[in-house]
Amino acid sequence: MAFHKVDYTKENGLPVVLTTVDKLVQWGRSNSLWAMSYGLACCAMEMMAAGGGRFDFDRFGTIFRASPKHSEVMIIAGTLTKKHAEFTRRLYDAMPEPKWVISMGSCANTGGMFNTYATVQGVDRVIPVDIYLPGCAPRPETLQYALMILQKKIRKETPRRKQKVKRVV
Amino acid sequence: MRRDRFKKDTTAKNYYEDRFYVAPQSPKFDVLGSKFEDDLKALDGLVLNSYVEFDQMVVFVDKNDNLKALEKLKEFGYEILSELSGVDFIHQRGGIEVFYQLLSIKHKRRARVKCFVKNGEFLQSATSLYKSANWAERELYDMMGVWIENHPNLKRILMPDDWYGHPLLKSYPLHGDEAAKWYEVDKIFGREYRDIVGEENRDSAFIDSKDTFNFSRIYHETEYGGVEPSEAYLQEYQEKGGVPFIKHATRDKFKILKKRR
Ligand code: SF4
Repeated sequence: MAFHKVDYTKENGLPVVLTTVDKLVQWGRSNSLWAMSYGLACCAMEMMAAGGGRFDFDRFGTIFRASPKHSEVMIIAGTLTKKHAEFTRRLYDAMPEPKWVISMGSCANTGGMFNTYATVQGVDRVIPVDIYLPGCAPRPETLQYALMILQKKIRKETPRRKQKVKRVV
Repeated sequence: MRRDRFKKDTTAKNYYEDRFYVAPQSPKFDVLGSKFEDDLKALDGLVLNSYVEFDQMVVFVDKNDNLKALEKLKEFGYEILSELSGVDFIHQRGGIEVFYQLLSIKHKRRARVKCFVKNGEFLQSATSLYKSANWAERELYDMMGVWIENHPNLKRILMPDDWYGHPLLKSYPLHGDEAAKWYEVDKIFGREYRDIVGEENRDSAFIDSKDTFNFSRIYHETEYGGVEPSEAYLQEYQEKGGVPFIKHATRDKFKILKKRR
């Protein structure tokens, strides 16, 4: 049968998927989140486990990158000290827009048990955080869930519009 | 009259007694007559005080003689400086007691050289004798504020270079001083952002239930400053209707695995 004679309305429908560009872009974005590996303390072990074979972050399209220039999500796993805060901010600034941040563990969220002179009491004091992940240390599943929530959040955003200014603290 | 039974209330007693257990001093023995006798003799004339404690020789020397003492002990066989730090006696005696923990593999012995550095005095660096003194002395300076003379690179090692104060001093507040409180904000955003970022929340368990900006009711979560939804919703991973190629997972359709594969 000649190609032009196929009546798509009669067969199994049109071989066409209709979507908006926005949705397509955001779907692509949400499923290829390259994470900047930013392990600072014990939580980083859980993050490594999440990247490993059993939990397998790769199936979410999430690959850990060592360079901020290739990453769109920063997973801060561990205790952020004041000496380190400056570098965290610098790395965050080096990431291209749009970018998101997952704060992993009590230390990153609130300083955790380290209520001392040298620990930043929550990374949201220096960079804006999208997802707070409770626990000390959170299990790899929790990190996966946080990532899935972040994917959902990204899919809700509009890619063409300017992103809302994120607040610090 | 009823008998007063609370006379012997031990909880009330605490206010009149030292309620902290003071550990007894460890036994100390004379060096003469012990296996450290030769080591002590090698240090002729330098020792102010000495004893054997926990099978280790402890000698006190003048702070200006620290290098001489260490050199002699090194010649004698103490070839490793395993630890170097200080003890804060500023309140009691106006200075810091610095100790050098030495190890002799040849003789299978440990010894400690102690000296007292008054506030504002300099201590000679032991880097020329022991390589490990380099970082240890930097730490001593960083955390306790002891000035070291002739050190090749005397700058902070744990704290940032522009840190104010020396955190291991007993007078240093645990949560840091005013400078520590604003350190990261001042450094990253500048002083003028103090008001915007605000003070550190030091009580991580503190929740203000009236604060609807930072906390929202469970299942009514919104973005910062957003309007609370009137209807509760459970946080699901996917949007209603699902995402292409991925099966929609719902909360009530779970499966309990009987055994691991
Ligand atoms: S939250 Fe707990 S596990 Fe994570 S870095 Fe802090 S202390 Fe370690």
